[in-house]
Amino acid sequence: MTAPLIEGRGLTLSFGSERVLDQVSLSIQAGEIMTLIGPNGAGKSTLVKTLLGLQKPDSGDVIRKNGLRIGYVPQKLAIDQVLPMTVKRFLTLTRAAARSACETVLGQVGAAHVIDAQMSSLSGGESQRVMLARALLLRPELLVLDEPTQGVDVSGQAELYRLIDDIRAELNCAVLMISHDLHLVMAKTDKVVCFNRHVCCSGIPDTVRQHPEYRSLFGVREADAIGIYTHEHDHEHDLSGHVVGDCGHDHSHDHGHSHHHHDHQKQEAETTK
Amino acid sequence: MMDDFLFRAVTGGVLLACVCGPFGAFIVWRRMAFFGDMLAHSALLGVALGLLIGVDVRLGMIATCLASALILAIGQRQSRIGSDTVLGMLAHSTLALGMVTLAFVQGVAVDIMAYLFGDILAVNVTDIWILAAGGSFAIAVLIWMWRPLLAVTVSPEIAAAESIPVERLRLIFMLLMALVIGMAIKIVGVLLITALLIVPAASARFFARTPEQMAIGAAVFGVASVMAGIALSWHADTPAGPSIVISAAGLFVLSSIVMMGLRRN
Repeated sequence: MTAPLIEGRGLTLSFGSERVLDQVSLSIQAGEIMTLIGPNGAGKSTLVKTLLGLQKPDSGDVIRKNGLRIGYVPQKLAIDQVLPMTVKRFLTLTRAAARSACETVLGQVGAAHVIDAQMSSLSGGESQRVMLARALLLRPELLVLDEPTQGVDVSGQAELYRLIDDIRAELNCAVLMISHDLHLVMAKTDKVVCFNRHVCCSGIPDTVRQHPEYRSLFGVREADAIGIYTHEHDHEHDLSGHVVGDCGHDHSHDHGHSHHHHDHQKQEAETTK
Repeated sequence: MMDDFLFRAVTGGVLLACVCGPFGAFIVWRRMAFFGDMLAHSALLGVALGLLIGVDVRLGMIATCLASALILAIGQRQSRIGSDTVLGMLAHSTLALGMVTLAFVQGVAVDIMAYLFGDILAVNVTDIWILAAGGSFAIAVLIWMWRPLLAVTVSPEIAAAESIPVERLRLIFMLLMALVIGMAIKIVGVLLITALLIVPAASARFFARTPEQMAIGAAVFGVASVMAGIALSWHADTPAGPSIVISAAGLFVLSSIVMMGLRRN
């Protein structure tokens, strides 16, 4: 395996007496999609900021590949009304680019129509797309997304994740993202890191889903809030799984829910054609 | 035929307005109006120190402004005292220190009013050369760091994540600001310099769609304010510095009315 793009070793950080990061070690390989999940206040954003060098850890090291090109999409960006800023100008915030290049990336994220709009006039979804487009324009090796679907409506969320997946395929970049939308993310991600001040568990989505610490972290009550109704059903599935055998997973109730849903919509769309 | 002193006043004023335009835009975007005020207050200490140790007061003003900016940059590193409090303390203690120091300067009659409100009609050729050299230096550095500094202004996080040296740019900007204000006191004075920075930029905001348009627009509004102010002073025999600020404020009101009219249509 080649050297990782970015690696944190034993990162520890406290705010006052509160320990936010506790001996966190984590590395991202080229081309990999890593999703960071965890409850509110788990320190996910802090971890990302520490990896990016925006926050200095009390101890531990961050090792970056030399000259690593990072595209960062923050959780939200409120551009002050006092600062006039067109989308075109925002796209070239950290690096110059021709208008045609801006049009291309905006087209990629499905926001070509806003190129001359003021940033302050964009909706939540448009704003996220524009921020993504800006990061794309840098042709990053590592794309970092902090809850990319904040302020985006439900139908837009799935589309946004599909977009991120497409981008990864095209640029062949690694993606590090924080997400609450587990049911949408799980299918596309290579590695899930379940995080609550320390790395609780990590691995491919299914491994993490089975992990007891993950289960205790996203208890039944929290599950709804973060968009997985996996647990309850998974439980049943586990029980029935023994009976049904190894094909049980695909037939699991919860999985079915979202997929069915999708399928229904698709079918409806097709029949209306 | 233009009188010589009038020509010098207009030249100095126009130069200063051109420099203040882009810097004022950044002051407005970064919400640093009070910072400008603080630097201006500290300039008075520079006048006093210059007279006391026999150095050119212009040099004294620029030096104390730079020193105050540095002290502030260090003071803002801590978070126990809010930065507005640090600014207020610095502004008033340097002002007070300046006034007390002036009391020790013997044998020189200092026209405090000239420093508080500026004396553009007394601008001499050396002043203009200083302004031209310092001003072009400040503008050149600002243009050189324009894109990264703007990125820092929009989002320090994006900037830092993409390897822009956020802290260094902040410090350089503060020092340039100190240089500009140190040079400007002679023309518009301690109490009015902030107005020359922020009012034209605010007027330009109405018509700008990009940061660059606003910066250039601010320079244009600034030049217009200087011309109008000097004209007002010439014809109505009013003090020049305040007349310039009144003109800038008048242009702002006019701009907002024009803008409201445009919106309605």
